[in-house]
Amino acid sequence: MATLTEARPRDARAHRAPARGGRSRRWVGVLFVLPAALYLIIFQLVPVLYGLALSFTRYSPLSRSGPQPVGTDNYARLLADPEFGQALMVTGKYVLIVLPITVAIALGLALLAKQSFRGVGLFRSALYVPHIVSLTAVSMVWLWMYSQHGLFNEILALLGRPGQSWLLEEGSALNAASAMRIWKALGANMVLLLAGLQSIPSVLYEAARVDGAGRRAAFRHVTLPGLRPMLTYVIAMDIVFLAQGFAEIFVLTRGGPLGSTTTVNYLIYTEAFQYNRFGSASAMAFVLFAVIIAFAFLAVRGVGRRS
Amino acid sequence: MRSKAALATASVLVLMPFLWMISLAFTPERDAFGSIGLIPAHPTLTNFTTAVTDARLGAAMLNSALVTAVAMVTNCLGAVAAGYAFALLPFKGATALFYTLVSTAAIPVSVTLIPLFLMAKSMPLAGGNDLTGVGGTGLLDTLGGVVLPYLVLPMNIFLARQYFSTADPHLAEAARMDGAGEWRVFWRIYFPLARPLVAVIAIFSFTAVWDDFLWPLVVTSSQETQTVQLALARFLSTGNVQYGPLMAGAVLVTLPVIAVFLFNQRAFISGLTDGSVKG
Repeated sequence: MATLTEARPRDARAHRAPARGGRSRRWVGVLFVLPAALYLIIFQLVPVLYGLALSFTRYSPLSRSGPQPVGTDNYARLLADPEFGQALMVTGKYVLIVLPITVAIALGLALLAKQSFRGVGLFRSALYVPHIVSLTAVSMVWLWMYSQHGLFNEILALLGRPGQSWLLEEGSALNAASAMRIWKALGANMVLLLAGLQSIPSVLYEAARVDGAGRRAAFRHVTLPGLRPMLTYVIAMDIVFLAQGFAEIFVLTRGGPLGSTTTVNYLIYTEAFQYNRFGSASAMAFVLFAVIIAFAFLAVRGVGRRS
Repeated sequence: MRSKAALATASVLVLMPFLWMISLAFTPERDAFGSIGLIPAHPTLTNFTTAVTDARLGAAMLNSALVTAVAMVTNCLGAVAAGYAFALLPFKGATALFYTLVSTAAIPVSVTLIPLFLMAKSMPLAGGNDLTGVGGTGLLDTLGGVVLPYLVLPMNIFLARQYFSTADPHLAEAARMDGAGEWRVFWRIYFPLARPLVAVIAIFSFTAVWDDFLWPLVVTSSQETQTVQLALARFLSTGNVQYGPLMAGAVLVTLPVIAVFLFNQRAFISGLTDGSVKG
């Protein structure tokens, strides 16, 4: 903010002389952009380069010496590190469980919510609420729901079944976290897909009807192709966000049991801020970055292209 | 009708966890186990007082409010001004710069986490540091450190350019003829017209900062500077989990967000959809 108020007198001075959209007006554009641009370059782009450099060093913030260059050691070690391999698998599984189920349910809900009837806005809003509330807070509600005397076990008890330790069993912990995340992601996915559906011109549906297309044919030949750009966007965004799961893991399982819910982001956090290994944690972050880009790219190619 | 029933069912299922959160927040600790009835038999407020005193939630709310307010102001000025210029005052290289800035939204948090931590630590002239950023703890464990990554959120620049690219570029012609400077044109003519945009950006910034967890977890270490999400998480990790007070805390922390949402639903939704592709 300080930079912005500083910029004010300067550009006012520059414009004492009447400008007719000429060279000086072009200059002013730069001044308007400058505070935000400088900020993002310094605090977003420079850190990426800084982090990349750190990933080729060994560095503990507690030691008196600075980062020690070690070449590609960190990356080579990661390749052989079973813990990191497991974290990559967990992250991939997490995305692969949450994403298809979320998108499928959200698309169904969007198709329902597309119809206009009284009170439809209320339902849309209700479905959206989990999206705006913090992962930390909602994870705590689900922590209770999964607890020994929580909702799920009480329901099982009503059915005469024994309770489960949902978050404490290797086989169920990741699924439990995924169920929470599906619930959380549903609203935003639905709202975006609904916007995509609404942007399909109704003329196309009319034309399809005139041509004798039934509802299923209209869905295949009008809805799906029309929805493709938005569907691509939604899937890419979901990959980027889901692959960074952290807060829910921190609250629900702390990465356990036996690392079965330790996502790459959770591992990076412990590596850097519990074991003070900034170099190898940075290398992990860049491997994750590359994996996210690769998968988002594949999804965009895969969904965006098919016709 | 069937679709209405299906939507209603889905809405109730999705809202269920919140209903239990509220219910448990008002349920005395001794009743909390094994009761999945929604209406507490003996409603109480003690969970809330426990949450506020034991989790130090009051101070944390104040910290979060302060940090969020600063980020909202800087985003409403910095991102709006930048988006305005990208749309209406183009300069050479503007498009490339625009896409470079906006693409930073896709950088994973963990990539910039460690560098930002080190940069906060060696911020010159802060927290006992000298001009070269050595000697003290910099912005670590300060509210200034907490707000550092949120001052301009790249998505907001995108939203602002989208908004102004549909604005009338000739609106200010008369004012320019009268010799009004570009800053005046922006501040007096376009900014006041952009109220819906400012609402969207304010809300987007509010939820992004209020709800964030990982950065505050890393940059703060004392209870004096912790944000609400951290206060909740630390409360959780102290010994036995007391679900009553924990849910009371969760209610208090989510209440501001839900309240803002109820009054500005359109702005919330368009903040999400305007940032996406046009289908």
